[in-house]
This record gives sequence, C-alpha cells and structure tokens, in this order.
Amino acid sequence: MNSQYSEKVMEHFKNPHNVGEIPDADGIGNVGNPICGDIMRLYIKVEGDRIKDAKFKTFGCAAAIATSSMITDLVRGKTIKEALEISNKAVAEALDGLPPVKMHCSMLAEEALRSAVEDYLKKQANKG
Amino acid sequence: MKRIYLDHNATTPVNPEVLKEMLPYFGEEYGNASSLHSFGRYAREAVEDARAKVSNLIGPVEPVDIVFTSGGTESDNFAIKGVAHALKSKGKHMITSEIEHHAVLNTCEFLAKNGYEVTYIPVDEYGLVDIGAVKKAVRPDTILISIMFANNEVGTIEPVKEVSAIAREKGVLFHTDAVQALGKIPIDVEEIGIDLLSISAHKIYGPKGTGALYINKKAKMTPFMHGGHHERNRRAGTENVAGIVGFGTACKLAGEYMEKENRRILALRDRLRDGINKNIGDVKLNGHPLMRLPNTLNISFKYVEGESVLLNLDLKGIAASSGSACTSGSLEPSHVLSAMGVEPATAQGSVRFSLGSENTEAEIDIVIKELPPIIKKLRDMSPLYDLRKK
Repeated sequence: MNSQYSEKVMEHFKNPHNVGEIPDADGIGNVGNPICGDIMRLYIKVEGDRIKDAKFKTFGCAAAIATSSMITDLVRGKTIKEALEISNKAVAEALDGLPPVKMHCSMLAEEALRSAVEDYLKKQANKG
Repeated sequence: MKRIYLDHNATTPVNPEVLKEMLPYFGEEYGNASSLHSFGRYAREAVEDARAKVSNLIGPVEPVDIVFTSGGTESDNFAIKGVAHALKSKGKHMITSEIEHHAVLNTCEFLAKNGYEVTYIPVDEYGLVDIGAVKKAVRPDTILISIMFANNEVGTIEPVKEVSAIAREKGVLFHTDAVQALGKIPIDVEEIGIDLLSISAHKIYGPKGTGALYINKKAKMTPFMHGGHHERNRRAGTENVAGIVGFGTACKLAGEYMEKENRRILALRDRLRDGINKNIGDVKLNGHPLMRLPNTLNISFKYVEGESVLLNLDLKGIAASSGSACTSGSLEPSHVLSAMGVEPATAQGSVRFSLGSENTEAEIDIVIKELPPIIKKLRDMSPLYDLRKK
C-alpha cells in the first residue's frame, strides 16, 4: 500500500498545501462520493482572468490528499484557460507518479478543478 | 522509533518456542515423512505428534480427522469444493453468509458460475447471522452450510451452535471457517456439532503456509489436491514437516495460554476502546459489543478515510488495518461493513485494531495518545466534517 507511494506524494500527504476554505470564493468545485471513498472540494479565487488563490478540503486516502494539495499548487497564477488544460496526468506526474490503482484520485482532482471553474463561469454569467 | 503492531488478525509473529521446534526440520531432520527409512520415520513422528496437538485445541477430536493443508484458504477451498463435488448427485445448493472471508465467498462464486446455487444469508447491524434466514434457506437439495466461527474484520462471534442444530436437523453438512477464532476462543467441534473446520497456523503465532481442515468421518469429500497418497489420500503433497510441527506447537501453546491471555488482551483492548471514546468524538464501534473476539476492535472515525488514518499511524510506527475501499484494493468499502448496514462514508473511516501477545499497556497508551491529533488533522481537512459543523 504505502510502499507504492513516491516521496513527493508522502510529502504532500504529511504536509498538504493550501488546506482550508475561501469564504468568498469565486468558484467552488464539489466532486466524488462516499462509495468510492474520495470527496474533494476545491475553492478558487479569481482576479482578472488568473487564479489568485486556491484551497481544498478532501475526504480520502493519501493519493486523494496529495493530488488535492498538488493541484492547488499547479493552478496558482494560471489563467482560467490554462487551468482547464491541467490534466490528471499532469497532477500525477508532478507527484512523481501514482500507483495504477490510485490514478482515479488524480482524475478526481482534475474534475474538482473543472467543477470549480465551471462554477466560477456560471457565477460570472449570472452577474452579467 | 518503537513499532507497535496492532494487526494480529492479519498475521502474527512466530513464537520463538514454535520456531525452535521447527528448526531441526530444516536441518538434520529433513526426511520426507512418507519415506520408509529412519529419516522418514523421524519426520513422520513429528507430523503425527503435531496432528495430535492440533486435535487437542479443537476438541479433542480424533487426530486422523485432521488433514494438513497450506493454510486457511486451501482448507476453505477444499471443504466447499470437496463437498460440492462429492455430493453433487444429492444437490447443488449451498448456504453461506454475506460476511465470509473471500476464500469462502469467491469459492462459492466460482461454484455458482459452474452449475451450483448459493444463498447468502444476511447479517444484522452487529454482524450476527440471521438464524431464521438460515433455517428458511435450507432446501432438499442443500448440501452444505458454511458460516464462519468469528469474523476477521469486526470480530463478531457467530451463533455456530444454532447453525449446527439446523444443519443436523436437516441432514446438511456444516462447515465453519474458524481461522480467526482458533486460539482466541475455545472450540469444541464435537460439542458444537461441526462437520468441517478450517484453521490456520499464522494467526496463532505459527508459521505462514500451514493450515488444516478437520473433516468429520461422515462428510463425503472429493480431494482438492490429487497426487500421492498423503493424508490418507485426502490431500496430496509432501508434508511441510517444519510448518506442521510449528502449527502443532502453536496449538499447544495457544491451549495453555488462551484463558489467561484472553483476559489480559481483553483488558488491553477495552483500555484502547475507552481511551478512544474518551478522547475522540464521533466514533462508532463496528461489531457486536459482547459477542466479539477478545482482541478485535473495529472503530469508524467519522468524516475521515481509513487509509489516511493508517498511513498517519504508520508514520508513528503503529500498524493497524482498515475496511476502506482504498485499502481493500477494490473501489468499494468492506463487504462485511456493507452487509452490516454501515453507511459507505462511515465504513470508509473504519480502522481495525487487533491485539496480540506482544502488546502492552504502555503500547496501548501510546496509541491512545497518538490517535486524537491524527484524527483532528484529517477532520480539519475534511469537507464532511465541515458539513457536520454547519
């Protein structure tokens, strides 16, 4: 189980980056379900067209926590367009890889980001 | 860093006395127990001596009714497939429970795909098998009832005596997977009325790779392993003399220490339970509060996931296990907890502590100290904990 995790994954698991909430978030993504055991919530703060800040809350295994942490690092400073291009593979690579059975956790991170961005775009549309 | 092992239901360390008894059979006494000469006779004596020791722990029963195997899994396969084949002209229906070990469940599933029919009996919220449902499920073409003696994940001890009564009344063979129960609670095969009993050495401080199946004389069985005439033509294969000797010694020691150890371990287990209840909120015990193996404590920590708890414990040198999907290797949480009606999110947060001979009060107190900050850190990270706070 844990001998399959890279050092980077363990680092992000032990000391995850950007844990928390953004009370006045511009976009919130909620993905996952209790049956498969991973639930991610991603908050983003957008300034101009760039993601200024990102925070997460995750219920899940080490891979879930590590991918959540990593994706908040990856999106920081990116434009909305660039953020939508971040794939689950990029998240896994940034963590020096995930065990094959854990790749679905990185999918969840990608989906959480998409969901947050969609939420942001919807809010923008409603404002206008 | 001190390592604390709380996963004895997974496996146990080999007792030094067991190892000492085994070693000669890797060394000067390497004979094949079936050989005619002195080397063989020496090995043969050791095997039969071990067989007697094993028979004492489950009865006693007649040693000849014990067949040595490679472990609990083989014993389960042998029992179920052996009966299925031998009695197929009588019927092709079998009854088992929803919470069996995969060695039983997957064997039944295999047979179900090959012309047999299996009824899976549900359990209640404590993991106790529904006796009424067992009785109702028996048909004229039922050939086997297989209900485990005690569950490995939550420790619940099943009403095997009642199941046996039903089996006897209906003239159906009764098999029980007693791998987790052996050495932890008294087993008297004849008093309870068990026809087939699976047991394993590595759960009772014996070596991995050795187990046994008790087969009552009235049980018709087709061998699982064909080949030489070993084990009176019931299970071919050169005897694993060292492993068998280890199993025998482990059984002897378990019989000697069971009563005293049980009391000691139960006290430690409940100390852990009380320490957790006192210092951590939103926890749930999984398993029967009383009818449970003395060493097993399966607790769900709500709002957090099992593997992340285990890894955090592992970073502190503490070993336990979990029923979460991530630890099961599948994408679903423990089938045992699901059968007990535990909600998926709660099942995901389950951690199993199973105590054993080396555990001390000091170790338990360390675990009690280390757990709360781990749970707090994970809850602070958890969206489910947020929802609860709101």
